[in-house]
Amino acid sequence: MIFAIAGRELRSLFLSPLAWSILAVVQLIFAYMYLAQIDFFIQVQPRLPLLPGAPGMTEIIAVPLLGNAAMVLLLVVPLITMRLISDERRNQTLSLLLAAPISMRSIVVGKFLGVMTFLLLMILMMPLALLLGGTLDFGVLAAASLGLLLLLASFAALGLFMSSLTAQPTIAAVSTFGVLLLLWILDWAGNNAGSNAGPGNDVLAYLSILRHYEALLKGVFNSADLIYYLLFIVMFLVLTVRRLDAERTQH
Amino acid sequence: MRRGEVLGFLGPNGAGKSTTMRIIGGSLAPNAGRVLINGIDILDQPTQAKAELGYLPETPPLYRDLTVDEYLAYCARINRIARAQRRGAIDSAKERCGLSDVGRRLIANLSKGFQQRVGIAQAIIHSPAVVLLDEPTVGLDPIQIREIRSLIREVANEHSVVLSTHILPEVQSVCDRVQIINRGRLVLNETIGEMRAKLQATTLLVALRTVPPLTELESINGVQSVESLEDGRLRIAYDTHNDPSDAIVEQAVANGWGLHELTPERMTLEQVFVDITCADTHQPQDPDSNPNSSPSPNLNRAQAGEAA
Repeated sequence: MIFAIAGRELRSLFLSPLAWSILAVVQLIFAYMYLAQIDFFIQVQPRLPLLPGAPGMTEIIAVPLLGNAAMVLLLVVPLITMRLISDERRNQTLSLLLAAPISMRSIVVGKFLGVMTFLLLMILMMPLALLLGGTLDFGVLAAASLGLLLLLASFAALGLFMSSLTAQPTIAAVSTFGVLLLLWILDWAGNNAGSNAGPGNDVLAYLSILRHYEALLKGVFNSADLIYYLLFIVMFLVLTVRRLDAERTQH
Repeated sequence: MRRGEVLGFLGPNGAGKSTTMRIIGGSLAPNAGRVLINGIDILDQPTQAKAELGYLPETPPLYRDLTVDEYLAYCARINRIARAQRRGAIDSAKERCGLSDVGRRLIANLSKGFQQRVGIAQAIIHSPAVVLLDEPTVGLDPIQIREIRSLIREVANEHSVVLSTHILPEVQSVCDRVQIINRGRLVLNETIGEMRAKLQATTLLVALRTVPPLTELESINGVQSVESLEDGRLRIAYDTHNDPSDAIVEQAVANGWGLHELTPERMTLEQVFVDITCADTHQPQDPDSNPNSSPSPNLNRAQAGEAA
């Protein structure tokens, strides 16, 4: 049931020119970043053996690539998630799902999985291509990829929720982007305060979606980060379900 | 409502037809009251109840970027049709709705009539016990309307159908039972047979040059009551099985009343509809109040609405 909805969502994405153009643009940017990192790696490569504990190919190419990818995806995910529910509402197809014997939870999770599949296809191909030219530190890569995966899932969950609030996809996109960017820069307040940082700044820094990602990028797998993302995702999926349920009782 | 019945659900714009349909279809939750489908409450056990429900909203819920086949396959999946039966269910729905030739076309490229059929196919694909059709013939040309009506009749062979509409001939041609609602209240609930009986003439309009005492007219065999109208004419109500027209004419000639008009008053469904809905608009009344206060006494059997 969930997969039927996820499948249709994915299919609709690929049937719309929007998804294809997003893919094209994003891949172009990723490719450029990727080449820039490889270029940098080739420049520093002769000096690397002289350093004790020097970073390897994974640290120099794959990790920065994933780090930059997160920034690009921050811009792109709202565009992909904006239509999830708002479009159904606008075309009045939501009643098809509501009249079918499926729970609201399956509808929301199905849509979420559909978008996640699309996002995964988009990001995981490029770092793996490095395998062609050398060995990778799979530990670091796994932690960084997991980080990106969780980050994207959080983006998508928030985007889905925003999409459930409105019938206008653009409004959903703008508000998703706004909230994501705010969460992204939330820890700046903590940084700028310097040594005077009080407990309030710690809270802000903790809430920042970027902080938790940076740790994972370094290959540090901390369960607190994992739980932060899982809570974030579950919270917005539950909010979406509740929002759709509430819509049935509003008059 | 009973199995295999076509229920016409009538009401003026804004009466609450679509809202009622949306409540039964699960898109809205009722503030009060319950919706039972096959005895299952749609709020308590939504998945079981909705499995027996097919719903075509006012705007058919179509994904325009899918082909008819893809769309119906998706509908079959979300309606929990087992993989083995899916193919057969899709084919039979397509065949019954006359969509066999357009399976591979994009829904966006189909005409309105065909889109409406896809909407109906979607509603009957899982063989539900009840099919809700919300104004299925709006915006179609006369030929398409006839086709959709015969499709509805055909669908009714296997499913119960609730048909919401404000097109009265449609109700007379396809429905077994009529319910009229006005301002969210059920104001009429009768079978088409009962309606037909009501629609037969039971009154005569008579104009006489010299009006005799009304008692003299009332004594004519078959006449139940005589009412004098403002314009000097008389309305004579009579027993359905005993038409007094002949007797009135004979008496008029014999006594020199100067009969110059005699018209049987025939009620159309439209008149009933207008009478009921306008009466309620002008004098919003307690549903149990004396029905004789409204212009169409027998028809105003008001009662609080109960959905399905």
